[in-house]
Amino acid sequence: MAQNLNYLRETASQTAGPYVHIGLAPGAAGFDIYKQELGWDIAGPNAAGERIRVEGRVIDGMGAPIKDVLLEVWQANAAGNYAHPEGGSPVEDGFRGWGRVITDFDTGEWGFDTVKPGKTRGRNVGTQAPHLNLWIVARGINIGLNTRMYFSDEAEANATDPVLNLIEWENRRATLIAARSERDGTPVYRFDIRLQGEDETVFFDV
Amino acid sequence: MTLLPRKRDGHPPAHTPGYKSSVARSPSRALISGPASPTELSGPTFGHELLGKLDNNLVVNFTGQPAIGERIIVHGRVLDEMGRPVPGALVEVWQANAGGRYRHKKDGYLAPLDPNFGGCGRTITADDGSYEFLTVRPGAYPWPNGPNDWRPMHIHFSLFGPSFGQRLITQMYFEGDPLIPRCPIIRTIADPSAIERLVAPLDMNRAMPMDCLAYKFDIVLRGRRQTMFENQMEGM
Repeated sequence: MAQNLNYLRETASQTAGPYVHIGLAPGAAGFDIYKQELGWDIAGPNAAGERIRVEGRVIDGMGAPIKDVLLEVWQANAAGNYAHPEGGSPVEDGFRGWGRVITDFDTGEWGFDTVKPGKTRGRNVGTQAPHLNLWIVARGINIGLNTRMYFSDEAEANATDPVLNLIEWENRRATLIAARSERDGTPVYRFDIRLQGEDETVFFDV
Repeated sequence: MTLLPRKRDGHPPAHTPGYKSSVARSPSRALISGPASPTELSGPTFGHELLGKLDNNLVVNFTGQPAIGERIIVHGRVLDEMGRPVPGALVEVWQANAGGRYRHKKDGYLAPLDPNFGGCGRTITADDGSYEFLTVRPGAYPWPNGPNDWRPMHIHFSLFGPSFGQRLITQMYFEGDPLIPRCPIIRTIADPSAIERLVAPLDMNRAMPMDCLAYKFDIVLRGRRQTMFENQMEGM
């Protein structure tokens, strides 16, 4: 016999359900209640770096876009610092680095405007290629899915990224790389997330 | 600082056929594991200036007039796996009204809306990790899964710890609700003790006589700990 390891256990996750908007995006549910909804302005007006648009859909195992997803993004600023006490050097005033978007109820499209992040420190040594951390919840998703979006025009940095290199199947790494195009002078990155089946997006347990 | 690995056996797996909508929305490949990087070890911070005074009072925060239903305090503490309080955590909740109807344009259940109930609230934990809401107890409601499935009374909770890797969404249930063991969403969790920890007990110590009852719901986020050897060179 031995003493008990009396650590607590993490509270179990449950799905966010179909009405997640009521709590986290009430305007989209059809009513205004808060003086300010959270997560709509990711970079703020003062952030340095390239302004970009990120767009995509979340596609289920039947090939259908999901229309009740809530997606959160967490990212560094253009200098590679996070808006966090342990995130490196201070960030620009108004830069949150966190955002929350929902899919359109009719089309399943989501999108947000931000700045392209810089390279960030790795876990121990080395650097991580520029990336967005994405967290996806919805009806039918029992525990939030973690993934990352990398940039197609950062091939050199992507090749040495420590997290991409955790993925043993090299052909799956491409599921995390968003394709760059341009619309009205603004760079647009397209990132479709496939939950299941062919070209299934890589999800992480970190 | 590092995050303790998530113990997935205390969570529902992705693919849970009894909860039908998980079937096409669950990854079929294994998750890729790795150590938490600065990306997961950092996360957004939220200050009180973002919130309104009544944001944690769901009884009156929609119109200023009281909602109909059983008045309850829901309170508790947010802790991490090491038992340390998590101060400054944003806690967001949403729920149906006393009749089980959500104020959402996609909810067509025949139970009526309450004109004075919105159904969402938010607050930030105090230095000891504590939080509280005043609300009305939500009703059970039917949902299209099995031919006669009903969700138990529940409140949805969303939590931010100090790092994005601790992000959690869950649901709180009420002690004694006979729908709990019948619910396909709850039954996605295999570990009975993990289910018990989602059920808030009645807390008469916190009830206010002639005013409202109370339920206590403590929430545990992933643990963080210092690592002494974080920058150790390979081979040392």
